[in-house]
Amino acid sequence: MELRTVQTTYAPVRYLVGGAGPDLVFLHGAGGVTADDPLLAELAKSHRVYAPLIPGYGDSEEAPEIRDMLDFTLHSWDVVQALGLKDPILVGHSMGGMIAAEMAAVQPNDVSRLCLIAPAGLWDDEHPIADLFATLPYEMPALLFHDAEAGAAMLTAGRNVTDPNFLQTYLVTNARQLGMAGRILFPIPERGLAGRMHRIRARTVIVWGDGDKLIPPVYAHGFKKGILGAELVSIPEAGHMVTMEHPRAVAEAIGRLG
Amino acid sequence: MKFTWFNLMPWPYLPDDFRETNRSVWVDIDQKLFDPARSHEVYNTYMDLLEYADTLGFDGVGVNEHHQNGYGIMPSPNIIAAGLARRTKDAAVVVLGNSIALYNPPVRVAEEFAMLDCISGGRLVAGFPVGTSMDTNYCYGQIPSLTREKYQEAHDLIIKAWTTREPFAFNGRYNKLRHVNIWPRPIQQPHPPVHIPGGGSVETYDFCIDNTYSYSYLSFSGYLRAQALMNGYWKRVEERGVDKSPYRAGFAQTILVADTDEEAERLYSEHVSYFYNRCLHVYPGFADAPGYRTIKTIQTGALSQYAPPTGGYTQLTWKELTEQGHIIAGSPETVRQRMEDLIKGLNVGNIFCLMHVGNMPADKCMYSTKLFAEKVMPKLRNMFPDWDHDNRFWTQPLKDRVTSGALPKQAPTREELMKTYAVEA
Repeated sequence: MELRTVQTTYAPVRYLVGGAGPDLVFLHGAGGVTADDPLLAELAKSHRVYAPLIPGYGDSEEAPEIRDMLDFTLHSWDVVQALGLKDPILVGHSMGGMIAAEMAAVQPNDVSRLCLIAPAGLWDDEHPIADLFATLPYEMPALLFHDAEAGAAMLTAGRNVTDPNFLQTYLVTNARQLGMAGRILFPIPERGLAGRMHRIRARTVIVWGDGDKLIPPVYAHGFKKGILGAELVSIPEAGHMVTMEHPRAVAEAIGRLG
Repeated sequence: MKFTWFNLMPWPYLPDDFRETNRSVWVDIDQKLFDPARSHEVYNTYMDLLEYADTLGFDGVGVNEHHQNGYGIMPSPNIIAAGLARRTKDAAVVVLGNSIALYNPPVRVAEEFAMLDCISGGRLVAGFPVGTSMDTNYCYGQIPSLTREKYQEAHDLIIKAWTTREPFAFNGRYNKLRHVNIWPRPIQQPHPPVHIPGGGSVETYDFCIDNTYSYSYLSFSGYLRAQALMNGYWKRVEERGVDKSPYRAGFAQTILVADTDEEAERLYSEHVSYFYNRCLHVYPGFADAPGYRTIKTIQTGALSQYAPPTGGYTQLTWKELTEQGHIIAGSPETVRQRMEDLIKGLNVGNIFCLMHVGNMPADKCMYSTKLFAEKVMPKLRNMFPDWDHDNRFWTQPLKDRVTSGALPKQAPTREELMKTYAVEA
């Protein structure tokens, strides 16, 4: 995957691009996405994949004017337009799934194929979602992965934790990325999608790791119920980071969209 | 110098094994540890102590705002301040402060502070903290990276409400109000002095300098560790080309006085230990929501003071706590010397004296407070003679003030009333 920049109203947007085939836009979760992401690699085998970074993620410029759900949604449409894409396959993971669902609800005629991977956006008092913003780094792997040990290795890959500047770099990255994510996820990752979801017309596949401890799989049913004709693919032995744990299975599920 | 007697109002009955059996004193503290019936006496004792400080000549009595917090049972400082406005005579009522991003709409703060200023006869010092991440984000649900923007707007609205003499429309991002017209308004003009509690962000330095507000560093780790931060503030003051009046700054310090240094340790060490080990036991996941602190601030290395020192406070002995300046404790002479170092070193004119510590009982607190008021405070009065007349950062009360309870003991008789209101023929 290659990192490029496209200009939008709010800020220059960094995006990863690669592969050949039908256009596919991937919206990342609160943890961001990198060029070596295994799901992007898998998807790029049969798609032209575009993975834009939300402003503030990675090395991208911040966009303080993007404050609420509508701003995130319209900005993401601006990115699609700036990339010159028309009706791409729209895929979103976690926070990205929340944004993708909102995009499809706001402009239902512009999305015909939608894949939501463990999306945020709904809330059920009976099944409260863990507070990601009060979770310490060492607690993350167990929360996010089916196999916590392997997950920890994936999370720290490429990071030099012995670097004395590590903590400051880590804090700055967190402030930029999770600070931005917090605008639609804090303190409860719900911004009214339940009332808009019925507008989605796209053929929709919902993918969930059956061991997801961050957003429990029970939420899949809320999405399935709310989106007409949505199909649910449950992936065994997978946590919230099913995209990293089982990229091929996720890519196959997306393949059902044709 | 301005000495304000401050009480955080800790819950004094946290169990001995609190650290082992609870993950946090704040946000998700165990409900069962609060006993409403016992709190009746706790609240009233704490308010009595604040009133007592007024009788000893402290310049101010101070209260603050925390939520879901075992060491601060004052979610609404204005309720305590209302009591103090009635029951104290001369001390400034220092509310440090109201977390203005949390009030909806923030004109509520303009109104309540105006009421406090009116009831107290112009003795209010108005504090506007952003609020800790625990209070503001985790307890009150504000979005971390938008908190400062919302705070700024609340500030602008309150000042405008205080200083505009006709109804106005306020079209903010977070507040849309067609008719702002507060009633009552404060006695002090153009408005009560404003103190801003800060934790080392450059933006806050500039905010204070631009508006002639006093910058307060409310730390529990003492004056030696505060030096770098306060140097940063004074450097900024110099860069901005304004005067270096010590009243531009305030500092909170735990102070404990006894007859001798040994006596101080014997009387107070268990209460100090209670405070540092139980009251400051905050789950690190609540210390600093991502986005709450600005990137610029993180890059200057100002991390949350709620991140405990390596090894935790449990490891710190009384000797270390005093030597490292977390607390200033000892005989009147020891405390005087240390206070002089603090005041000169940090160049601060406003001292927030944390004289009630942890689970300290009232008798010990009164003893320490009286010794400080009589044997220490007078010797520190004249630290900044050049700035004696700097009134910008302190209250301007009415000269003639009424006192509470001034009504006659009995209602007048009919005859007396007829005499008073006799109609002239």
